[in-house]
Amino acid sequence: MSLLSIIASIAGLQNGIAQGPFGDTSINWILNVLFYVIFVVFIFYGQRFQMYVMLREVEGSLYKLKYIREEGRKIAVETIKEIGKPQSDPAARVDRFLEYFTIGPQSLDPAGIVWKLEHILDVRDIRFKDEVKLMAPAADETQANNLENTLEAAMALNFIYKVIRHYYLLGKKTLSLYVIMQIQMILPMVMREAEAYASALKAFAYGQPIGDGAGALVAAKLMHGQETRKIAKDCVVATIPFEGRTAYVIKAEGPGGDVGKPGDAVKAIIEENEGKIASVIMIDAALKLEGEELGELAEGVGAAIGGPGVDQYKIEDELVKYHIPINAVIIKEDIGDAVSPMRKEIFDSIDKVIERIKQVILERTKEGDKVIIAGIGNTIGIGQ
Amino acid sequence: MSGTPSSTTKTRISSFVLVVIFVTLALSLAALIFAVSVLDQNTEATWILLLLGFLGVTLSTYVLFQTRRRLSKLRIVVPPVTTTIECKKCGFKNVREFQRGDYIFKELEPCQKCNDKMLITAIYREVKEKQKERFPV
Repeated sequence: MSLLSIIASIAGLQNGIAQGPFGDTSINWILNVLFYVIFVVFIFYGQRFQMYVMLREVEGSLYKLKYIREEGRKIAVETIKEIGKPQSDPAARVDRFLEYFTIGPQSLDPAGIVWKLEHILDVRDIRFKDEVKLMAPAADETQANNLENTLEAAMALNFIYKVIRHYYLLGKKTLSLYVIMQIQMILPMVMREAEAYASALKAFAYGQPIGDGAGALVAAKLMHGQETRKIAKDCVVATIPFEGRTAYVIKAEGPGGDVGKPGDAVKAIIEENEGKIASVIMIDAALKLEGEELGELAEGVGAAIGGPGVDQYKIEDELVKYHIPINAVIIKEDIGDAVSPMRKEIFDSIDKVIERIKQVILERTKEGDKVIIAGIGNTIGIGQ
Repeated sequence: MSGTPSSTTKTRISSFVLVVIFVTLALSLAALIFAVSVLDQNTEATWILLLLGFLGVTLSTYVLFQTRRRLSKLRIVVPPVTTTIECKKCGFKNVREFQRGDYIFKELEPCQKCNDKMLITAIYREVKEKQKERFPV
C-alpha cells in the first residue's frame, strides 16, 4: 500500500465522509482517540518525556563542552610547540597534565590547616612550573608563566566536561529525573564559566591582560617609573610619595601570568616598618551582580582578595597583630570578563580607582603616614 | 589575532533526530500533495490534511534550521584586542592590533616624531554592547 493510500484511508476520503461511533466524521473520531491516547500516555510517561528532553539539553551542552575542551587542549599543545620548541611532541605530556589533581588538607582538626593548604599549593605550583619547563624548554620565565596559565585553563575545561559527562551518563544509566534535573538546572552557569575559560585560553596563550588584572594594573600605574624590589615570591614593591604620605605599592611581578603571594608581601612590609602602617588599601576585581555596570567601583573594608584563602588569612592575621585598619576598592566584572582579555570599560575604570585611593588616603590618614596599596590579581600582560 | 572564529566544528547531528525530521517532512509533503489533489471535493478532511501538511513542513524545516544554527554557534570567538602605544614626550599616539609579546608599560622603538622611546600604555578589547534590557527598577 502506498503512502498516499495510507493517508487517504486514515482520512476516510476513499469511502467518502464516514460517520464515527459518536455521530462525528471519521477524522474527528481518530483525532479524539488520538487525544485520549496522548492524554493517557502523558499521565504515565510524562515525567519520562520531560527527562528525555532534559537529557537532550544536557547532551547538546556536552557536545559544546567537548568541543571547547578539545580546542583548549589544541591551543595548549600548539602554544607549547610554538614557544617552547620541544624536541618531542608535547601532546602526551599535556594530556597527563590535564588530569592532574590536588588533594586538599584534612579539615577534621582545622588547627593549622592554612599552613597545610599553603604547603600543598606551593608543591602544586612548583610541580606545574617544572612540568612547563619540561614541556617548553625554550620558554623564558614570562612565557612559562603564561603557558602555565594556559594549561590551567585547559585543565579547568577538561574538569568541567568530565563532571557534566559524569552526571549525564549517571542520569542516563539510572534514569533518575533528579540526577538529570540537578545538572540541567546549573547548566547555564556551567556553560558561562566554560565559555569564559575558552576565551581565557587565547588571552593566556598570547599574554594579553585579563579583567582579573585590574588590581595589578592600578598598582602598575602607581609604581611605573619608580624603583621596584622583590618583596615576596613573585611579588614586587615600590616605595612612592603619595599625597604627602609614603605608599608601599605591591603587585605580582609581571608581565607573565602570576598572582604572586600578596599575603607574604603585605606581611613583610608591615614587619619592615614594625607595624607602623596607617592603613592598608587593597584593590581587586570582584564579581558583579547582574544589572550592575561593568567596571563599576565600590569601596569597603576588609581584605579584598580571592583564591584559596591563604593570603587573606595572612593579611588579616598581621593586621590584627598591629591593629592596622584595612580598606578595599573593588572593580566589578563578571566571570567572563575576569578571565578574558581586559575590556575597555575595566581599563577606563583604573584612573577612577586611583582617584578613589587618593580620597581614602586623604580622609583616613595623616600627612607623613605610611600606607600599603596592594593591587591584587593576575598580572598577565602587565609590566611595572 | 583577528576577530574571526578560530575554527569550526565537525557536523554532529544525531541520526535519529535527522530520521525523525525527514520522515515528518516526507509525511507532511505527502499530506499536502494529497490534499491538493482532492481539493475539488472540498471536504473537511482536505482542509485538515492541508493544515497538518503545512504544520509538519514548517515544524520540520524549523527544527532542521535550528539544529544547523546551533552547530554554527559552536566555535570559540577570539575578540580583537588593541594595543595603544604612546610617546610620553610629544604625546604621539598609535593604536594597532595586539601582537604577541606586547604588555602594558613595555618600551618600544623610538618615536617617529621626537625619537624618544615609546611605551605601550593600554591593551584592551572593545565590545559593542547589545541594547540593554530595561528594568522597571
